[in-house]
Amino acid sequence: MFDGIQRRVVSIWFPRLASDRYLRACPIEAPFALTLKQNNANRIYCLNQAATDQGLERGMSYSDARAFCPSLQSSQAKPEQDARFLNILRRWATRYCPWVGLEGEDGLILDVTGSTHLFGGEEALVADLRARLGKAGLGAQIGLADTRGAAWALAHFGEGIAPTGDMLSALKSLPIAALRLPDDTSVALQRLGLRKVGDLADTPRAPFARRFGRDPLMRLDQALGKQPEEITPLAEPPHYGVRITLPEPIGLLSDVMSGTERLLTQLCAKLKSQEMGARQLCVTLRRVDQGHQQVELRLARPLRDAQRILPLFERGMTEIDAGFGIDQLRLEATQVEPLPVQQISHVIGKDKNKLDDLVTRLGTRIGLENITRLLPADSHIPERSFITSPVAYSEPDSSWPHTHPRPVCLFPPEAIAASGNQPPERFRWRRMSLALGRATGPERIAPEWWFSDDNWRAGVRDYWRVETTQGRRLWMFYTPQDPGWYVQGEFA
Amino acid sequence: MMRAALPFFPLSKGRTHEVCGAGAYGFAFSLAAHLGENFLWIRETWEPTQLNPNGITAFLDPSKILLGHTKDQLESLAVAEEALRSGALPLVVIALSKPIGLTEGRRLQLAARDGKSVGLAIIPEGMGSNAAETRWQCRPAFSPHASPYDSTLNRWELIKNKSGTLGVWHVRWDTASRRLDLVSASGE
Repeated sequence: MFDGIQRRVVSIWFPRLASDRYLRACPIEAPFALTLKQNNANRIYCLNQAATDQGLERGMSYSDARAFCPSLQSSQAKPEQDARFLNILRRWATRYCPWVGLEGEDGLILDVTGSTHLFGGEEALVADLRARLGKAGLGAQIGLADTRGAAWALAHFGEGIAPTGDMLSALKSLPIAALRLPDDTSVALQRLGLRKVGDLADTPRAPFARRFGRDPLMRLDQALGKQPEEITPLAEPPHYGVRITLPEPIGLLSDVMSGTERLLTQLCAKLKSQEMGARQLCVTLRRVDQGHQQVELRLARPLRDAQRILPLFERGMTEIDAGFGIDQLRLEATQVEPLPVQQISHVIGKDKNKLDDLVTRLGTRIGLENITRLLPADSHIPERSFITSPVAYSEPDSSWPHTHPRPVCLFPPEAIAASGNQPPERFRWRRMSLALGRATGPERIAPEWWFSDDNWRAGVRDYWRVETTQGRRLWMFYTPQDPGWYVQGEFA
Repeated sequence: MMRAALPFFPLSKGRTHEVCGAGAYGFAFSLAAHLGENFLWIRETWEPTQLNPNGITAFLDPSKILLGHTKDQLESLAVAEEALRSGALPLVVIALSKPIGLTEGRRLQLAARDGKSVGLAIIPEGMGSNAAETRWQCRPAFSPHASPYDSTLNRWELIKNKSGTLGVWHVRWDTASRRLDLVSASGE
């Protein structure tokens, strides 16, 4: 540490985070518990003070709890939403200092070194924290000390502010569990008579380490500041959203477009600094009557060029009803993809960009999934020998296999009246009478037994190229296992 | 067999053309192969007939095809107009199932003129639009003496031409060299 600046850490523990979060939305005075299904039994996950007063506790089975306290109200716990809520609190806590990390599932850790004076001292900071959390309906226990371990101990056992320097005297009288030890270790220590942190500090270290390993001593050293322990602030994910609020409402298309252009320029600068490209953009227009309208744009390629994106918005903007005017524009890149900076070249460029923009524009009309390209697939079955994949999300592939001549178009097999394993001399297809000129084949294609395909229930197929004297060349097949003739394609 | 310059390809740029008959797909692919770049093929989703890229390899690389699937003909026309006007693609093929009016046909012509690209409408027989620059009727013909591995002999008849004369040609696609050959009527 620097001379004269002592590290100070705040630990906040939310003893009832889950139920507090739930009760913020619908306050209940009566005993209340959140239940979670664990090992096939509904157990109490979190409960409020009134329920604790009734003698209920965490981990109790829900049916027992209801027997104890018939008036218990309950709801389902949602741990993932609690985690999200804790993350929101973490973000909020950066108002006190930039270094805020998560402490387990129900706590925060703040490194407030050098920022306490901004709030009028340590007592004032803690009071401010407590007041704001209390106002938000969250019960919190707060500890402030020189180290992370000591702050945690204070938050969980005792609350308060430890004076700078001497951590041992602040922690001495706290129970041994305050050292963040696993339950079985702390029980074992208590059986030996080491009930307080002070007892452990007085114990000879070497024999103790032989019996319990180094972990309890490491925790003690961390709490007392003899061993460093870092606080990891979570990185804030970059937010790709910008907005503009207007003093006077606007309604003309050209005004909205120029507002959007301003936002786009800002957003693209941000995207460029992160080497990202927008794949999906959304403009939200707020009207003076508090209504919202959105224009979505999905791009065929990740982009961060404001001049290219802006014209693509035109079609969506014309459909907006401005009503009495629009007074706020908000632009957000809802989906981004990495787009590294590239060397600009005069060789490739214009045409490719024009094509991508066209795909984007057509995508706003018929949907980006409906513009596809054909890609080869590994199958002998004619209708499965290729796949169609959206142009926006695939690259062209020219590795087409060399096969026997294949028709240029395929349709679902159309039955014709014929018999025998040789192509019929005369047949009717699509109300045309056709006569056989020449037939080439057969080419036998067996079904893929590892797929169950209803169209191939009839077994193997013998494919023939049939040239009719009328000119048309058809791709017909005969199914020897279930005799019948079908037309499946036509050659060009 | 003569390897002369083709009297009709490429079709005039900045215009839309029409093709009908059983050989229409072959005509479209020959034209696309002649232009040699990416092209857009617009079809309606309900149509059961789908392109088979393994057969198209005889004409061109199927990765050059962009397929646009639309829900009805109105959407097809809108997509075709937008694609023609952008000029990003030299060819836009649109498969039509119903006749289009003079207005729609004219709009496609204007869009093609703005984008300097070629539009080709595959139409059901006898349902052409007056706005089309040329209309082709393509019929496959049987040639008993040809080798079975030759591609189909086609009779391409120009049945409408706004700026020239009509005519009939017999053509055969050469799979190996991927080019169109003019042949005599007997297909030899």
